Amino acid sequence: MKIVLEHLTKRYPNLNRKIKEDVIAVNDFTFEIPDGQLIGLLGPSGCGKSTTLNMICGLEPPTSGRIWFGDDDVTNLPPENRGVGMVFQSYALYPHLTVRQNICFPLENLKGADRLTRAQMDEMALETARLVQIDELMDRKPSEMSGGQQQRVAIARALVKKPRVLLLDEPLSNLDARLRLQTREEIRRIQRETGITTVFVTHDQEEAMSISDMIVVMEAGVVNQIGKPQKVYDDPVNLFVAKFLGTPPINLFDAEIRGGRLYLGGDCVLQGADSVPDGPVVAGIRPEGFVPDENGPLVCGLMAVEVMGRDTSIVAEHPACGGQIRAIVDTEDIPPEGAQQVRFSLRPAKVHLFDRDTGERIRI
Amino acid sequence: MKARGIRPWLYLLPALVFLGIFMVYPLFDVMVYSVEEGYNSASQTYYGIGGYNYAYVLRDPYFLQALKNTFILVIITVPVSTGIALLISLGLHSIDRFKEFFQTVFFLPYVTNTLAVGLVFMILFKKTPYSDGFMNLLITAVGGTAVDFIDGPYWAKMFVMCFYTVWVVLPFKILILTSALASVDENLYKAARVDGTSRMRIFTRITLPMISPMIFYLVITGFIGAFKAYSDEVAIFGTDLNAAGMNTIVGYVYDMLYGDSGGFPSYAAAAALILFAIVLTITCINLLVRKKAVI
Amino acid sequence: METQRDYDRIGRQAETARRVRTTVTYVLLTLWAVIVLFPFYWMVLTSIKSYSTYNAEYVPKLWTSAPTLQNYFDAFTTVPLAGYFFNTILFTVVTTVLMLAVIVLAAFAFSRLQFRGRDLLFTAFLSLMMIPNELVIITNFVTITNWGMRNTYWGLILPSVTSVFYIYLLKENFGQIPEELYKAAKVDGTSDLKYLFKVMIPICQPTIVTITILKVIECWNSYVWPRLITDDQAYFLVSNGIQEIRENGFGRENIPAMMAAVVVISVPLIVLFLIFHKKIMAGVSRGGTKG
Repeated sequence: MKIVLEHLTKRYPNLNRKIKEDVIAVNDFTFEIPDGQLIGLLGPSGCGKSTTLNMICGLEPPTSGRIWFGDDDVTNLPPENRGVGMVFQSYALYPHLTVRQNICFPLENLKGADRLTRAQMDEMALETARLVQIDELMDRKPSEMSGGQQQRVAIARALVKKPRVLLLDEPLSNLDARLRLQTREEIRRIQRETGITTVFVTHDQEEAMSISDMIVVMEAGVVNQIGKPQKVYDDPVNLFVAKFLGTPPINLFDAEIRGGRLYLGGDCVLQGADSVPDGPVVAGIRPEGFVPDENGPLVCGLMAVEVMGRDTSIVAEHPACGGQIRAIVDTEDIPPEGAQQVRFSLRPAKVHLFDRDTGERIRI
Repeated sequence: MKARGIRPWLYLLPALVFLGIFMVYPLFDVMVYSVEEGYNSASQTYYGIGGYNYAYVLRDPYFLQALKNTFILVIITVPVSTGIALLISLGLHSIDRFKEFFQTVFFLPYVTNTLAVGLVFMILFKKTPYSDGFMNLLITAVGGTAVDFIDGPYWAKMFVMCFYTVWVVLPFKILILTSALASVDENLYKAARVDGTSRMRIFTRITLPMISPMIFYLVITGFIGAFKAYSDEVAIFGTDLNAAGMNTIVGYVYDMLYGDSGGFPSYAAAAALILFAIVLTITCINLLVRKKAVI
Repeated sequence: METQRDYDRIGRQAETARRVRTTVTYVLLTLWAVIVLFPFYWMVLTSIKSYSTYNAEYVPKLWTSAPTLQNYFDAFTTVPLAGYFFNTILFTVVTTVLMLAVIVLAAFAFSRLQFRGRDLLFTAFLSLMMIPNELVIITNFVTITNWGMRNTYWGLILPSVTSVFYIYLLKENFGQIPEELYKAAKVDGTSDLKYLFKVMIPICQPTIVTITILKVIECWNSYVWPRLITDDQAYFLVSNGIQEIRENGFGRENIPAMMAAVVVISVPLIVLFLIFHKKIMAGVSRGGTKG
């Protein structure tokens, strides 16, 4: 099922009644989610991603704009008629029911021609439970299960009625780090197997990048960028997206363009930016954009070398950079012990320029 | 911090003294009273020991009347007040605007002197030669005939009694149920809605099970409270409840103890112990039912 | 497009159903609010009708054009209402203060001090909660009478200066204070009493406020015990006072004056409630069964 969001907007009256102006939670969100894809809605807390999810689900009506499931306009349809499955951040499992009863719950709601017999329900519940690998635990109560198992029950309950759309609200945030890695692969696998169009919300960029077909980066109610994770990472449209994606984060420098050349402080690090007018800019350099080079143009003070096995990160400082520079380099490129300085040359593809005032990307 | 002599006991002393004199000693004393036959409070003498006091009380028409009144009151007011409280709490839970206003208003009867407001109810329901009273005004307005609710037929008096009792006990029940409803995770309802659950089913399969401990608590305390009804009745029918035919078990106990018909602590003790036995039995039955329902 | 029309219809139906539900809810809530408030309105209204106006209304009027304060004057002069009032305040304050002292000390002993038999004693305390007041009041009546304390303030106050339930409530709350705090205070050389007053009571202030509120309401409305133990009007509290007014006051059935008295004795708690309604409601739902 393809989902189309058309100029979706959500305003709330301001909680502080003195302020007449509405709070805009989501502003003019337009996006077509292709059938069978896994979409990550990514952004810091309060950016409107959960509101967007709730609007798709039907729990909150949009202020304006339309929502289409395939060819159906479902904007005014209450959630119970939309045929969506939703997994809540806190799982929202019914604590007084067993796993089996929890999973059967949505099936028991079916009426009329869709009505199922008890045997059919049990069969479907078991089948779904197998899919998420909790078929051994059918008679437990939620309180007798670990967080990861509860999460699977929640997913099973959302999937059992074969929804047109699956929605997940921060599905991994209540799990510990190890379980999170495992569960996100699990979500990916289940989504692949069922082929259900899935939207999930997260504030963790790594989570979104690792399993999504497409990610949507939101900030303060506004969609900043939509695209394949790698594409968004490699080609951010603005400073916010560049900063939000990537661990370690992108390194930012106060830089200047003079005559088509990029200067960080006194160092001329790049050439060929002829299309860019002279003036101050913000230069963002990904950690993997630094190549240690004895003759490199960027001269930094060496602070520390952290060996992490597969690769090594060099912590350095530079007058044009407010904080520390973190570069990820190949292990064989480590500067000699006792060195005070390290010189880098840069990979041009990993250097992004942004307008100092608007944060918009300046393309070379 | 090992036991250091008598210091802890000093802290406990006031509580122990008061409880000893006014709770523990009376508990045994009341049993003694209840078996002392022919006790005379003036001379403090009695004839012998036996079950005569119980037999007397159980044959006393006033006690039987009180027993009947109390049972009717309990049977009617406990389910009715719990049901109305549940309805009102559900309503309160579902609204945003004026919620606090309604909550405050609904709680008002809790903090009022029930004796004082009972008088107002008496006046609202009373029919006198000078006036039919406000309630009868309403009744005649819809085509009924005026009834004296205070000195009239038994069912009318019972109606006022139950109505006032419900009015008095509702605030507490509404408060408890509203906070019970508020403590249910809102996401459970959202999840149920997304799964297409009908309102009725959400109520019976989610809301009720989630707040059932509180409902059960209210039913038990409601039973106990209604069995001990007394001052609400005094407020409406005056201190001579026997004459009004509206006495309760507790009223019977006090009447035996003191007042124009008083001076019989033995009968009072026997009646009080019978009441205690009834309350204990009903509470145990409740607990058993509860246990069954849970399993 | 067949389904689309269906969707629009379902959406519209859901919206209508929601509106109807909200309206019905508000109507029902308002109805009950009227039932709750009407007696209060009636009592104030009647209290400002003059005796003759009231008795002339065969059909009671919902409004009066000639309000008078005469009834309030009567209430304070013809019957000793001021005396009832004073007694009740004295009774409420002394009982509440004494009870707080007793239960704080007991709860402290149970929650912080270690002594032989503590848990056994506490279990015994808890089992006392099951004993209904009606059972022990008979002997208490005899006890107070034998002590010659009928028609005295002490006779009124003494039986209600302790409460097992409040000791339990406070002990639970005291128990939530981390043990380390007590050890730290001990290391610093703080005495038990100082620790109790400087640390435990301030931390548990909300519970103590709750208990105070509940006790004040209970005292202000207490009827049975005052009625049993006093037959001298000089020691009546408002509850048995109002009953006395009803049965023997004002010479004739002066209902407006009676209502004035009712207003006067209802107002203090209502004012208290309107000021502290959040605290009181939170307190009652945390701690309480009535009576």
